[in-house]
Amino acid sequence: MNKNNLIMTLLKGRTLIVLGLLVIFFAFASESFLTTSSLLLISKHVALYGILGIGMTYVLVTGGIDLSVGSVAGVAGMVAGFLINKGFTIFGTTIYFSVPSIVLIAMVIGLIIGFVNGIVITKFAVAPFIATLGMMYIGRGFANLISNGATFPNLVGNKALGNTGFEIFGRDVMNFPVAVIILIVIAFIAAIVLRKTPFGWHILAIGGNGRAAKLSGVRVDHDTICVYMFSGVCAAIVGIIATSQLVASHPMTGNTWEMNAIAAAVLGGTSLMGGVGTIVGTVIGAFIIGVITDGMVMCGVSEFWQMVIKGLVIVLAVIIDQYQRDLQARMALQARNENK
Amino acid sequence: MAETLNDIVLHAEKIDKIYPGTKALDQVSFDIRRGKVNVLIGENGAGKSTLMRIIAGIEKPSSGKLYLEGREVSFNSTVDARKEGIAIIHQELCLFPNLTVFQNLFMSAEHTKHGVLQDNEHRELAKKVLARLEYPIDPDTKVGDLRVGQQQMIEIARNLLIPNLKILIMDEPTSSLSEQEVDVLFHIMRELTASGISIVYISHRLEELMRIGDYLTIFRDGRLVAQDETKNVDLAWIVRNMIGKGKNYPKRKTQVDWSSREKVLEVKDLCLPKPGGGYLLDHVSFYLRKGEVLGLYGLLGAGRTEVFECIMGLRPLHTGTIIKGGKVLKIGELYEMIDQGFALLPEDRQRDGLVQPMNIEQNIALTNIGHYTNKLGLISDKAEDAAVDEMIKDVTIKVADKKLPILSLSGGNQQKCVFAKGALTKPDIMLLDEPSRGIDIGAKTEMFQLIYQYAERGVSLIVVSSELEEITAIADRVIVLSSGVKTAEFTGADITQQNLVEASYKGHRKN
Repeated sequence: MNKNNLIMTLLKGRTLIVLGLLVIFFAFASESFLTTSSLLLISKHVALYGILGIGMTYVLVTGGIDLSVGSVAGVAGMVAGFLINKGFTIFGTTIYFSVPSIVLIAMVIGLIIGFVNGIVITKFAVAPFIATLGMMYIGRGFANLISNGATFPNLVGNKALGNTGFEIFGRDVMNFPVAVIILIVIAFIAAIVLRKTPFGWHILAIGGNGRAAKLSGVRVDHDTICVYMFSGVCAAIVGIIATSQLVASHPMTGNTWEMNAIAAAVLGGTSLMGGVGTIVGTVIGAFIIGVITDGMVMCGVSEFWQMVIKGLVIVLAVIIDQYQRDLQARMALQARNENK
Repeated sequence: MAETLNDIVLHAEKIDKIYPGTKALDQVSFDIRRGKVNVLIGENGAGKSTLMRIIAGIEKPSSGKLYLEGREVSFNSTVDARKEGIAIIHQELCLFPNLTVFQNLFMSAEHTKHGVLQDNEHRELAKKVLARLEYPIDPDTKVGDLRVGQQQMIEIARNLLIPNLKILIMDEPTSSLSEQEVDVLFHIMRELTASGISIVYISHRLEELMRIGDYLTIFRDGRLVAQDETKNVDLAWIVRNMIGKGKNYPKRKTQVDWSSREKVLEVKDLCLPKPGGGYLLDHVSFYLRKGEVLGLYGLLGAGRTEVFECIMGLRPLHTGTIIKGGKVLKIGELYEMIDQGFALLPEDRQRDGLVQPMNIEQNIALTNIGHYTNKLGLISDKAEDAAVDEMIKDVTIKVADKKLPILSLSGGNQQKCVFAKGALTKPDIMLLDEPSRGIDIGAKTEMFQLIYQYAERGVSLIVVSSELEEITAIADRVIVLSSGVKTAEFTGADITQQNLVEASYKGHRKN
């Protein structure tokens, strides 16, 4: 019993332990790893995976999956690039929006795409995997259509048109990356909503046992749609940050990032079966992905070996997760027998 | 009864089957007579299906022995049992709707040559066996495209293909068959018994049993209570033995003049169409008075759960009028019905009642959590804690720490959590579907106390139960459903097990 409790504590803290071990390992393996500049660089990457991962955690908690987030990020970035460079032409007049409006427009587009995902999944009963797989292609297609596949190489804007300042999301404020500030704000809100609001309880219940949730009066369809909308907004924000970091909009921005988002959530202990997940875990998971990726780059590990190692880490994480679940079930059964 | 060993194909000797918390079979010794239709009768949970599952190798007995033609046998799986010529046809069909008729028939008994499937041979044999059943279906038809009755025939055909078939167990095979198909089935059964195959037949349709059965065996509470040849018995004998005078729960004593109490709920002409024709509920009307415990009795498939589902908005296809507190109710989504003052305790606790990954507290507060928020919309731990603690005390859940996983509780306490979840919304009408299912006797009594307690406070409750002792003890009034038809209503001293059983078969007779 005591042994089990110890193993349980270790298992619960495993993501943090793994992150610590990774940092120590890379600190020895590469001299440049533990410098301010490289840590800042890593954290900028982590912010992208982290924000996507937070939206993904909400979706996974309901027992769904959102494969379209990478494409949504691409669309959002391209919309921003288009609006800054070309403006919006209607009835022969071209309007140029300010940067805050552009960000808002991109986020609304993310919201709408998420809404469509949610409607297709709940009202048309399409499996989340398929619905969002379709949206992944559709989104990527539109991202390319906006510029016919071309890149908007300059997002600086024009003072005369009042749309300068887009690059702020990729910069630092008082030596601290804006992207990381956004991550912290979103993580904070998302964690509170998940743990401290009825909505959060409800989506955990939907993933834990959808039938019971419905019979308990949870508005399953409504809440599920909201979750996909949140994931869409997170993806749009990531699209803005990523293009801002590059100061250029490329239609393939965000390609395959949904996988990093899923990996971050799963590493953080979110169950693909639904019902289980924490925002803190996902943020730590995003750090693990970021540290592995950038750490290996700094050590000069080839890109191909990076893929192999990332894959191994993810599978290992799920195996440990499964082991924890078994142990938990065993301990619950034990407690039940002792109660008798 | 003096039979020679030769008359008995299988003998079960002192079989016990113990599940956590319940004894499903208690020292049952049972014979299957060769070339006869052996009929098993009993309430749901009386143990007849469990015994058959043991004989067919699906489950192992906790103790006891099986003798097949005098030789002791033990089965680890259905495969073992099938090798000995024992086959079972389940109540629920075990077919592959995505595959064709012949693929289903020869699943895991494929004929191959050098590892290649001999589909032409399959088709020929399939045609032959279907012809024997007088049921010509193209062997290439997808099973999913067949009607349920036809699928039932495929299931039977599949078992006829077992070489050396000795015993065929049929667990409620007629529940989905039309009158015509039942006739065909009985004809086939006669043919099978004539060729020496022994049949064990479980059904709830008493008239049917009297027609087809050679030997009747009655189960009650995991024990074999009576057996005889069909020609020696009548319907009254069956009902008497099914009921027995076993355990009795303390009867609720109320001195209430019910006619003076207001009707909180009135249901008029509730109909629910059955997919493929007919009704699951056929013009059911009833009312419920304030503070009343209304029992809803019926056999499996009588439409009891469907009544609840209609009221709770889960069956949008229903018709009829539902009046609550004098106003006609618009049946909407389930969460709207909860706001209207209803609470539902579903039949299947694990599937529909609990959210397993959440803890005790979260499960109890799930429905009502929206009421414990502050101005920012955040959950107020203080308000939520207090409400859950009070509810745990009110329904007496024995728990050390409400943050423990829900599955760490015993079945009875889990059920109380589901009850508490509904009670937390302060409903005026509670719909309880088999509230005492799968919990031990002690917890059952506590659940009944809980029901009385809430009724005394003015909550009106409808309780569905298939346990006669239970429903006769707790209900102020009982209505009986049979095949979707309300066949009777009893109050006071008329609530007897005999009356309920007889009424519960009436609708079947009509069909």
